[in-house]
Amino acid sequence: MQYETVIGLEVHTELATQSKIFCACTTKFGGAANTHVCPVCSGMPGSLPVLNRAVVEYAIRTGLATHCAITRSTKFDRKNYFYPDLPKAYQISQLYQPICTDGWISITGAEGEAKRINIREIHMEEDAGKLVHDPWEDASLADFNRCGVPLLEIVSQPELRSASEAIDYIERLKAILEYTGVSDCKMQEGSLRADVNLSVRPVGSPVLGTRTEMKNINSLRAIARAIAAETARQIELIEDGGRVVQETRRWDDDAGESHAMRSKEDAQDYKYFPEPDLPPIEISEAQIEKIRAALPELPDDKKRRYIEAFGLPEYDTGILTGSIHLVRLFERTAQFCGDPKEAANWILGEVLRLLQQTQTLPEDMQFDPDALGKLILLVKQNTINRGTAKKVFAEVFQHNVEPESYVKANNLALVTDDGAIRETLRQMLAANEKSAAEYRAGKEQALQYLIGQGMRALRGQAPAQEVTRILKEMLA
Amino acid sequence: MPITSLPALALAQKLHAGELKITEVLDAYYAAMDALDGQFNCYVLRTCEHAYARAALIQPRLDAGEIRSPLAGVPVAVKDLICTEGIETTCASNMLRGFKPPYSATAAERLWAADMILLGKTNMDEFAMGSTTETSAFGATKNPRNPAHVPGGSSGGSAAALAAALAPVALGSDTGGSIRQPASYCGVTGLKPTYGAVSRYGLIAYASSLDQIGPMGRNAADCAALFEILKGADPRDSTCVAHPNTPATPVGQLRVGLPAEYFGEGLHPAVAAAVLAAKDALVAQGATVVELHLPMAEYAIPTYYVVACAEACSNLSRYDGIKYGHSAAQAESLRDTYILSRSEGFGMEVKRRIMLGNFVLSSGYFDAYYKKALQAKSLIQRDFRCAFEGCDVILGPVAPTTAPRLGESLSDPLKMYLSDIYTVMVNLAGLPALALPCGADSAGLPVGLQLIGRPFEEATLFAAAAALENLN
Repeated sequence: MQYETVIGLEVHTELATQSKIFCACTTKFGGAANTHVCPVCSGMPGSLPVLNRAVVEYAIRTGLATHCAITRSTKFDRKNYFYPDLPKAYQISQLYQPICTDGWISITGAEGEAKRINIREIHMEEDAGKLVHDPWEDASLADFNRCGVPLLEIVSQPELRSASEAIDYIERLKAILEYTGVSDCKMQEGSLRADVNLSVRPVGSPVLGTRTEMKNINSLRAIARAIAAETARQIELIEDGGRVVQETRRWDDDAGESHAMRSKEDAQDYKYFPEPDLPPIEISEAQIEKIRAALPELPDDKKRRYIEAFGLPEYDTGILTGSIHLVRLFERTAQFCGDPKEAANWILGEVLRLLQQTQTLPEDMQFDPDALGKLILLVKQNTINRGTAKKVFAEVFQHNVEPESYVKANNLALVTDDGAIRETLRQMLAANEKSAAEYRAGKEQALQYLIGQGMRALRGQAPAQEVTRILKEMLA
Repeated sequence: MPITSLPALALAQKLHAGELKITEVLDAYYAAMDALDGQFNCYVLRTCEHAYARAALIQPRLDAGEIRSPLAGVPVAVKDLICTEGIETTCASNMLRGFKPPYSATAAERLWAADMILLGKTNMDEFAMGSTTETSAFGATKNPRNPAHVPGGSSGGSAAALAAALAPVALGSDTGGSIRQPASYCGVTGLKPTYGAVSRYGLIAYASSLDQIGPMGRNAADCAALFEILKGADPRDSTCVAHPNTPATPVGQLRVGLPAEYFGEGLHPAVAAAVLAAKDALVAQGATVVELHLPMAEYAIPTYYVVACAEACSNLSRYDGIKYGHSAAQAESLRDTYILSRSEGFGMEVKRRIMLGNFVLSSGYFDAYYKKALQAKSLIQRDFRCAFEGCDVILGPVAPTTAPRLGESLSDPLKMYLSDIYTVMVNLAGLPALALPCGADSAGLPVGLQLIGRPFEEATLFAAAAALENLN
């Protein structure tokens, strides 16, 4: 039997606000354990939360960028459970009136068609702390630095059908969050992580199968692997005459398998109720419109514009607009050199190649953003040739050298002075009289040899056409 | 007149006029505690060292005529669930024994800014759960009017300290009557302010949507002066707002509402007689009487206990034996740490309310209990809104009886819950209410009345109370 995978994602993203959601502590990643804490985020008795209004603004921005309806009167609820990383023993979250509902984003479906994935809701909540296992003491230590870092939970409908659709969805979402400045989406720092809800059913069946949930997976690769493994596990179970149990599973990426954590029967009862310490938040139409007006150009719009304005191919444009960091480099470079197409070629070619080769993420590129534009201009002005430019760019990429001075210091500029070229060629011909004589006698191959010798004498730093022209003239 | 018998404003006048030094006042109060508090057990902590150090700072200002508030230099007793930086704050619970908060409550900071001086922390029912101050881990407080009786609760330590002349003014907190009922039992005055009038930052939460810190004193003027210091918006509490300072309605124009539900079955005749005599006194000064109904009153007790216990079970979950407070020494696993620490740290009444709260919030019961209670709460608010269309204050008893004997209530918690009938509605509606003495029963135990006002109309309550006090 043929099966279809049905996936819904709950994506948690840490917001790029300066301070935490309910206190003034910094949201900075890292820092010695328990140094970014105060009585509020460490849940001391008598402390009270005060909402950071920037979180509401970021949530609205995300909602508008994903075509959501904004809830005009929204409020927080308490989710109660005991865990050592949760100092109040409840998380302030939203259950009853989430700030955004009923949105969608566009992804690429199995046939390459545009496919809409509906977003059920987006809600605001606070992050929990971290437990660090101390192997020497065989104890767990609690670090509350992350407690109270603002999170958005973005909940999709179960409309994804494969790992590649799920990855595409996350990448599109990540691009939107980065474009709008809502999150830096650093998956390796845990600022973007996903819970995967997955079920399988016979192709064509209208009813959903029993789903399992895998929590807190924090890399795209792990998400893809988890989806593949869980799909296979569920199909095998059904084929063997068993049935899928609704449960939460932990994905172990090292082992490449998941383990049951708890079943629906012993699922936690979070005893949600309205948060009494925070009054409801009223959001005005004017506030929504102000935020809408200030939204930047979003990935889909930018892609369309690039295709139309610069004649770039769709696939390449998709890659380029998939990262705000590539977009920023592209727009700056295009403006600097005045040639968007050339700028795009460089980024999709050399930049991506070097990112791949050095295992660097676009957000970690360190070089001066004008360097690539300068380099393109040097090629256009015939100061250096393409081959040299690539070598120089590798230096720019890795050591942030200044292109013009690097070219000068390493004597890489093309020799364009006619007299200087002639002088070098004269010396070369003097050393290659035999070949020159053969050419004059009609042996065409000898010219290729002489051009090669000439280029070598010029250390590759003269335009080949020019060398050919002058050489022919001298041999005539 | 002995120093400890002076009401707070009178004491302040003598301090400001240089007739008394702060240290003389402190000496007098600590001497009185030495003499009497062994018997009454009003205080769980005396902060002598702190108090004399503060006196040394404040006295030169008074001497220089720099008077920062009408109560500058006056000592104050603070209920032990209001956080005081570096000073043990226990909620009268073994769970928080030894807990020294690294910050002060906004209300406490306002006392310090007004140059008031902390005398000590007062006894209370554990985590403010109880109506007798008998659930305290530090032992019961006795009613100074008759030590065989309870002082009421949960702010029983503060009320008894005032009645025994062991403090000139005090802070209490009121979630379902915890300021008014002990004030009534001890024959002192106490205000439960409008919800949102006084910051809750640093008040260790029992039921967040109902809790309010309020002033307690020996008369209405002292309470009013202390309320002036406490009230006002606080950026650290989003439920606290700027006070509009609505002016008082003069007693001559006052329409006094008498709810039939406050004078029905269960009300002791001596209490009814004293409260109605106070009503007559207001009428004699030009007030008119309006009879009215609060039809939702019969649902007030269950509504209150559902809402309060639900919030309490969540608020008290943070005491898990991991970060601060009591941690079970025997625990061998995480689960053990939670279960043993909480089993050992909390007393019976607290456990009862945590269990009730978890029950009403649990899946399958939420709609039938918690959601229903929220609906009832909004209907109770509507009852009062309607009532206040026809009157300016509502007058009624604080409690159905005078103070019960020690031990009587613990054996029958349901009876204890039912005695909150007249007070809890006010918290559910978020209204201000002032309790003040209005006589005594045949055994000489004080009877208290309460005046309930519209939101932020505390001034009207103080004016009416002053009119009643002038008669005595």
